[in-house]
Formats: sequence, structure tokens, C-alpha cells
Amino acid sequence: MQFPDYDVIVVGAGHAGCEAAAAAANMGSRVLLMTMNMQTIAQMSCNPAMGGIAKGQIVREIDAMGGYSGIVSDRSALQFRMLNRSKGPAMWSPRTQNDRMLFAAEWRKLLEQTPNVDFWQDMAVGLHVEHNRLAGVITSMGLTFRCKAVVLTNGTFLNGIIHIGEKQFGGGRTGEKAATGITEQLVQFGFESGRMKTGTPPRIDGRSLDYTKMEVQEGDENPGKFSYKDTPRISKQRPCHITYTNEQVHDILRTGFEQSPMFTGRIQGLGPRYCPSIEDKISRFSDRDRHQLFVEPEGWDTVEIYVNGFSSSLPEDVQYRALRLIPGFENCKMFRPGYAIEYDYFPPVQLKHSLETKLMEGLFFAGQINGTTGYEEAACQGLMAGINAHRKVNAQAPVVLDRSDAYIGVLIDDLITKGTDEPYRMFTSRAEFRTLLRQDNADIRLTPLGYEIGLADEARFQAVKAKTIDYQLVMKKLGDTSIEPSEVNPWLEILGTDPIRQKLKMVSILGRPQVDLKSMIEKLPTVQSLVDQLNVSVDALEQAEINIKYAGYIERELELASKMNRLEHVRLPIDLDYLAIPSLSMEARQKLNQLKPETLGQASRISGVNPADISVLMVFIGR
Amino acid sequence: MAFASLEDFFFDSKGKSIDLFSSKPRKILLGNLVDQKQLIDEVLVSIFKGPHSYTGEDTVEISCHGSVFIQQQVLAILQRRGLRLAGPGEFTMRAFLNGKLDLSQAEAVGDLIAAEHGRAHQAAIQQLRGGYTLTIQHLRQQLIDFASLLELELDFAEEDVEFANREKLLNLVEVLLGEIRQLQMGFNAGNVLKNGIPVLIAGKPNVGKSTLLNALLNEDKAIVSEIAGTTRDVIEDHLVIDGLRFRFMDTAGIRQTDDTIERIGVERTMHYASKASIIVYLCDPDQSDADSLAVELEHIRKSSNNHDAPLIPVINKSDCYNETELHYRYQSVNNVVLISARTGFKLDELKSELVSTALLLTGSESELLVTNARHAESLRKAAMALEKVLHGMRLQLSTDLLAFELKDAIRNLGEITGEVYTDDLLGNIFSKFCIGK
Repeated sequence: MQFPDYDVIVVGAGHAGCEAAAAAANMGSRVLLMTMNMQTIAQMSCNPAMGGIAKGQIVREIDAMGGYSGIVSDRSALQFRMLNRSKGPAMWSPRTQNDRMLFAAEWRKLLEQTPNVDFWQDMAVGLHVEHNRLAGVITSMGLTFRCKAVVLTNGTFLNGIIHIGEKQFGGGRTGEKAATGITEQLVQFGFESGRMKTGTPPRIDGRSLDYTKMEVQEGDENPGKFSYKDTPRISKQRPCHITYTNEQVHDILRTGFEQSPMFTGRIQGLGPRYCPSIEDKISRFSDRDRHQLFVEPEGWDTVEIYVNGFSSSLPEDVQYRALRLIPGFENCKMFRPGYAIEYDYFPPVQLKHSLETKLMEGLFFAGQINGTTGYEEAACQGLMAGINAHRKVNAQAPVVLDRSDAYIGVLIDDLITKGTDEPYRMFTSRAEFRTLLRQDNADIRLTPLGYEIGLADEARFQAVKAKTIDYQLVMKKLGDTSIEPSEVNPWLEILGTDPIRQKLKMVSILGRPQVDLKSMIEKLPTVQSLVDQLNVSVDALEQAEINIKYAGYIERELELASKMNRLEHVRLPIDLDYLAIPSLSMEARQKLNQLKPETLGQASRISGVNPADISVLMVFIGR
Repeated sequence: MAFASLEDFFFDSKGKSIDLFSSKPRKILLGNLVDQKQLIDEVLVSIFKGPHSYTGEDTVEISCHGSVFIQQQVLAILQRRGLRLAGPGEFTMRAFLNGKLDLSQAEAVGDLIAAEHGRAHQAAIQQLRGGYTLTIQHLRQQLIDFASLLELELDFAEEDVEFANREKLLNLVEVLLGEIRQLQMGFNAGNVLKNGIPVLIAGKPNVGKSTLLNALLNEDKAIVSEIAGTTRDVIEDHLVIDGLRFRFMDTAGIRQTDDTIERIGVERTMHYASKASIIVYLCDPDQSDADSLAVELEHIRKSSNNHDAPLIPVINKSDCYNETELHYRYQSVNNVVLISARTGFKLDELKSELVSTALLLTGSESELLVTNARHAESLRKAAMALEKVLHGMRLQLSTDLLAFELKDAIRNLGEITGEVYTDDLLGNIFSKFCIGK
């Protein structure tokens, strides 16, 4: 037929699949993006939002590398908020509410503008293998597409089963059928598979809600954005609303517990503890008399509403009756009930850090198939799988981010070295170096690498170079220039901090907790004229400020990171027989033999492997 | 770092500071370690310049005299100067990382390290018996609870979660700091315990001191003879009684003598008596009564200038006498113990007297003693981090920065218990709080 041999075939066009296809294609691979339904490319299957705490940092990182999630999110944003503003800069986390349909449309537009991406609507039912080597993808129409590498991003579709009360039916998403064949074939090849569960809340007709009974949650007054490129900053925003459940709501929900697939044991897969269904929250935390709900708009031009916090797989009539007892929901109409979905995943310890499977060369996994949850988690894996599939095809070494480079590095390393038995979501507390992994410096951390591998464009690279030069200049000037007590003391007194006796460098003043650079510029003419002379961007000023104010913490984390990275680059032979090393603890021998870590650093993070075991390993391997 | 650490610490015989940077590599220098104008020891310092050293880095080896006290002083001074103790296998690790060891060499060292392991394991078990790792686990768990509350504020700020009560947190950190300081104080006492509580066996010549030592140790360590003055040097040995480690020192008998060698022995006895934590004073009822014993006890106190160590007067050969009569004879001397070293008669009473005296010295059994220098260092770092938490709370630092120091404390306590932390926090959060939209 019309189809040439591809370099990379991406199966699935969700957040992971879209990023994978775009990355591989932009680096120069010929890519086929295969999806069961061209109308559902880049669906936000669950909440209409991107980013949030730890996730917003990931979106920034994807963007810094040259991925598209940040751009798409900015173009489809309904609302922007920088979460955790009151905390240190490492905690600042951008989040957008998005127009769900616009989000999908923008993604499709970007993909269609990518010359190397072809599309095909069909269901992949298996891999085509020749002489024990991966050689293509077989579809439900009986076609075989030839390629050198495959990225599987099947999301919740592999043998997906949807549960609503006692009803259950096959499906990958509401109204869409499940995908079959792939799991069975991979298990035959020797892969291990498991089941996971996730859920989604009901969608409501916004015309039936009384918002006067809810709290309003507006976007930021000065909205920011995700992308480091010149995407538009939103000028008008849509608010979200907050309301609460109550004891009456809980009582009604309890009447459905007998028919709940969760409590009757019909669902076997493990769900995420941090994203529990409403029935889970009620039964596990029975002392709480209310739970918070976020009422989120699904778009500019739709009345559809997403009830964040009310994920449920109870019978639809129980959901409906309970909803109507929530303030503001007295007359609510449902578009569709919430449901739970079970799907196949492949324990990610079967992967290398490149996201290529250990068992089959050229086969990459990304997204929920690896046991993760969340658009951002999926997208960043797709990006890395796309990059590494392209590099595999071109016989280049994989790109692997360290835990001290990026949240993406933390996520992939966690998956590969620890595995996961519940859907994995990113948290800032998973990162041991979160002071380094900030949303404000993702470009400085990652754009040079993205540029080097041919993904981030020239404009991004030049922008980062300029920002770096500028902020370092600001730091140097503030470090070199002193300020007189007479100028600064009246202001320090107002702030309630000690006056200075003799002139002091500006950095020392800025280092005080009560002081910030913006007020310093406003209040102190010397600082103002110095900054005016430098004529640098707001971003460069912010970067300088953060690097000055948090210098102590940043240095300590850098030190810890360099200590860890020394182990990180000591490779372990893949065929090392740990059982034959008697000085290792028994538990370490078994765990190491099972997981076969690639480096000493990874070995050190496996639970049950203690520091003494690492010392032993160190002397047992050569360079 | 290695060379700089000895700056203003290592001097030549004329008191001139020796500059190691300009010294020739692979040379051994003789000199004095002097700290705060006080001579610590005369030592040999070997200089290795990287990459021609075991680890490949600049290295200094200090050979000091074989006294645990001196070693600890030197270590303590170096630590004050910003150095830290090496982790297990760290020298080999550095050698390996710097490319100084190849596979076969590394394997040879591996055997050594494995041997160290066995010992390290035993030490850990001992410490578990000592009980403070349990206390640390408990402290650490409280910190983890505290840290989880902070992480909850950070990772779930958008949600309807409770906030960590700063007042309570402040109290908790203060309580924890108090407990850690208690453990730190226990380090010195614990060190005595680890190296053995020094017990001097003193008395006139030929009252049976060596026989007593042998009886206690059940082996013929000291030479026993009928000739008074046989023991001229100090004989030491260790014995564990009821879990307490004692270091017994058998000494030359105390008497006026013209024999030079024996006189040196007596002087040495007094020197050891000055350092002993407990003095067992043995006397022969054939040659003494309550008055003469009182004079002898007075004498050893004065000559050794040791007025703190408890004295246990012990009457030997008591199997040859009527017990009531002996008690009557020595009734004016406090806490006399009657034994027979030769037959082992009532030796158990002496042992239990030793244990109860030692417990008075080192604190009760329930008090926790830290004996491992590495652990003491981890405690010090944990305390430092907690101090920063307190300071940060006063300055109203943001939650993530408090969490930073708190995790540092948890990490350091974890080094003692061998636990790592990251997953603990999340597990704790998930099990205790209702989170998730």
C-alpha cells in the first residue's frame, strides 16, 4: 500500500504517544502515529488541567527539552495559577485549567504541522517479529507496518474493563472499545503483566448548577505560562468553584457500597492511594464529615463540568442522588457517571533507563503501560521514549536524565529501580534534589541538552544562553556593589530587620528572609539604577534572586548530588551473578539479581540494598 | 584537604610548623602534634601525593603511639578541624572511583571488607542489645511523622488538608534535641564501657593479686609464684560480667623497695591507680587488721591522687578464717568483701559488687550509651540539622526549607539504623491523611 518502512511507529495518540511521535519526528525519524480513533487524539480523559505541584515542573521540563505539552497547554488555557507561591521557589508549581477540546485540537494541529509524522487509524493487535527481531506492527485490519522501533503508549486500553456499580464492560475509555492482543503476545514473549485501576468522576451540566452556593477560585492576577517560547499569555480567565460533600451525601453513597466493584472485590487492580474515589475516602477516613470538591469548567464553549474529587464507580443512580445533596448541585443533571477502569500494565522494572524493554530490542514503553498516572507523567515518558527510539534507530547512545537533572529523571529512575504496584504519580517529595529541580530553571537545566540532541530549536538555545549570561551578570554586580547604611537602614527598620553599621554588599541585604529583589529595586535608588543599567529580562532577575537567596541550600544539594552521581556513573555488568557474592546481604543478593541495576547508583536505591552492600559491589566490579 | 588539615597542628622538634605541601612525597616525617599549645603525641607522618597514593588523592597517615586515648584525641581534633570519619570501605571506594584498583586488586580488598562486615554486623547486634538504635528508630519515626506533615503542606497544598501545628512542631524538635543530647553525653560513658571499665587490682606484695586476676579470668595469664614481687609490669585483661566490659589491671605490689625494676613497677601501679575507675584493694588477713587496712587505703588514694574512683576493700584467703570473726575484725572499714582467690570462694560476691559499682559510675542499665564514633558523628549532624529547624522556625522560613533540614536530620539518624527515608514519607502521608482530589 501507500506505506513506506518507518523508523519509529508509535502506538497510541495520548499524551505519551503524541510527545513520542513529535520528538522522534522532529529529530529526523520517519514516524507513523497509529491510533484507534483519529477523533480522540490527545484526549484529556480525566481532569481538564495540566501541571500542578511537581507536575507543573515536569511540563516545564518537557518544554525546555523541545516537547509540545507546554505549548499546547498555553494555547488552550482557561486559567493559570502558580501554586505554592507562599513557599520557597522550589515549590512554585504552574497549573492551567484547559479547554479539553481545544487542547486536543492544538495537539493535532501541531502534529499535522510536523512533516515526518504520518497517521493511521487502526488498532494495533501485535508486534511483527522477524528472526527474533522486532520488525513492525500488525493491525486489526490485518496490515503489517514495517519499522525499526516501536513505542507502545496504550494507556488504559489494554484489556480495559469499565466498572459502574455492578455493571462492567470492555472499554479503554467511556464510549471507546478496549485493545486486545498486545498483552497476550508480550506475555508469550516472556513479559510480565499486571492489572491496575483508576477512576474518573461524573461530568455535569453546568447550566444545572447554582454557583452562588460555592466558593470562587480565580486564576492568578498576572497569569504566567508553561512554555519558554513566545506562546500567548491568557488575557481572560475562567474561575473554578469549590464546594463540599456532607454527612447526607456520605450516607447516600454508603447505600451503594454493596454494589461497589471496589468493595465486592470485582476490581483486582490496585488504584492510586493519592487519588482515591469518593467511596474510598468515606470508608477509609470515616471521621471526616466533609470532603472538598473542585468544580472545573471543561472549556470556553461548553457547559460541561468536571467534579474533581468525586471519582466514583458506584451505581449511577447512587452517584446522582448523592450529587444532588451537595450545595450548589441540588438540581444537577449528569452528562455521564463516574466510572472505574481496570487495565493491563507491565511492571516497569522490565525496562532500561532509556525506556527500551530489556527483553526486546527496539521496543519502548511509555505512559500508563508502565504503571504511571497523570498526563504529565505520561507525556514526559513519551518524550524520552521518542528521543531514545530515534537514537536507537540511529545507533546513538540513549539520553538518560539523572535524578539531579530533572523530575523526568527521578520518575524514570523510580520506575525502573523500584517498580510500582499502584499508579505512580510525581510528588516533589520523591525528588531528593528539589531545590535544584525548579520550574524557573528547567530551561537552564535541559535546553542545552535538548539542543544538542537536535530537538530544542536554535531560538530556545539562544534564549537560554542570554538568560544565563544575564542572571550571572546580575549576581556578580549585586555581589560587587555595596550600599550605604544611610540609604538602606530606614527601609530595613520598616521591614523589622537589623540595620547595618557600615556599607554592605547588596547580596548580603538580599540574602535576608524579609527582603526581596523587587522591593529592593523599588525602595533603593542605587539598586534601581544598577539594575536599570544592566537592562536584563524579568526572568534573569528572578533567576539571580533565587540563586542568591537560596545559595546555601542549592550548594548543599549540589554537593549531595555530585556525591551520588559518582556512583551513578559506575556501570554494573548486566550478567553479574549477585547470588555468588557471599559478602552481600541475602536480601541484597536476591533483589539485585532480580532487578539487575545498570549502575551502582541505581543499586543503591533498591530497597534492601544497604550502603555496606554497595561498598562490597564496588570492589567486585572492574572499570 | 589532607595536607591542610595538619596545618598549625604538626610541628618539628624545634616547634616550627611543618608545611606538608612543600614536603617531598612518600617521605616519613617525625614531629609533634600540638593542639592549643598542648603536646598530644610525638608522631610519624607519612605523606602521599595524589595520584601516587592508595586512593589516588593526597593522603596523610599519622602513626601515633598505641594508646586509644591518643587516637581518640587526634581524631577529635581532626574532626573539629572539619574532617569526618571515613565510611565503611570508603578508602577502597575512592581508590576504585579514582581508577587506582583493578578487578583483581579490588577482589583482594573485597575479602578484607567482607571480614570487616562480620564484625560490623556483630557490633550492630551489640548495639541493638545496648538499645539505643531502638531509641533512635523511635526518634526518627517521630521526625518522619513531623516531616510528613510538612510534605503534606507542600505536595497537597491545594487540598483540604490539615496544617502542621508549628507550636507542636517546635516542642517536638526541642524534645528530640534534648534526647539526642542525652545520647551524645552517653557517648563518653559509652566509650569507657566499650573499651572496658578500668579496674585496678592493688595491694601489698604477695596478697594474691595475680591469683585473683587468674581466678576472675579463669586462665593463667599472670605469673603466680610464692616469691613476693613477681609481677613487675602491669598485666591487663578484659572480662565481661553481666554484660559490662571490665579492663582489669594486675599490678606490682606496693611496698618500699630498693630493687630498681620493682620500684618502677610500683610507680607504674600508682600511675594506673590514678586512671582507674574502680580500685580493688586486696589484703591478706594474715598480715593486716582494720587499722593497717585503713592506712593502706589512705595511702593509695593519696599517692595516686585519685579521689574519685570507688575503692573496694577485699579480704583474701577468707576461707581459712571464721567468717563472722573476719567481719568483726574489719567492721570499721566500709563494704569489705571476703573472698578466696585460690578456691574461688565468694568470687561471685566480688563480681556483683563490681557490677553494681560500675553501674553507679556509668549510669543505670536503662540509660543508653553510644559507643560507636561514627554514630556519635551522625548524632552530632542530626542535632545540627534540628538546631537549624528551630532557627528556621523562628525566622519563619518557608516549609520546604524546614523540610530540607528535617530530612537531613532523618538521613543522619537513618545512618545509624541503616534505613533510608524517601518512601517512608509518602507511605506515611498516604496511610494517615485523606488526600487526593
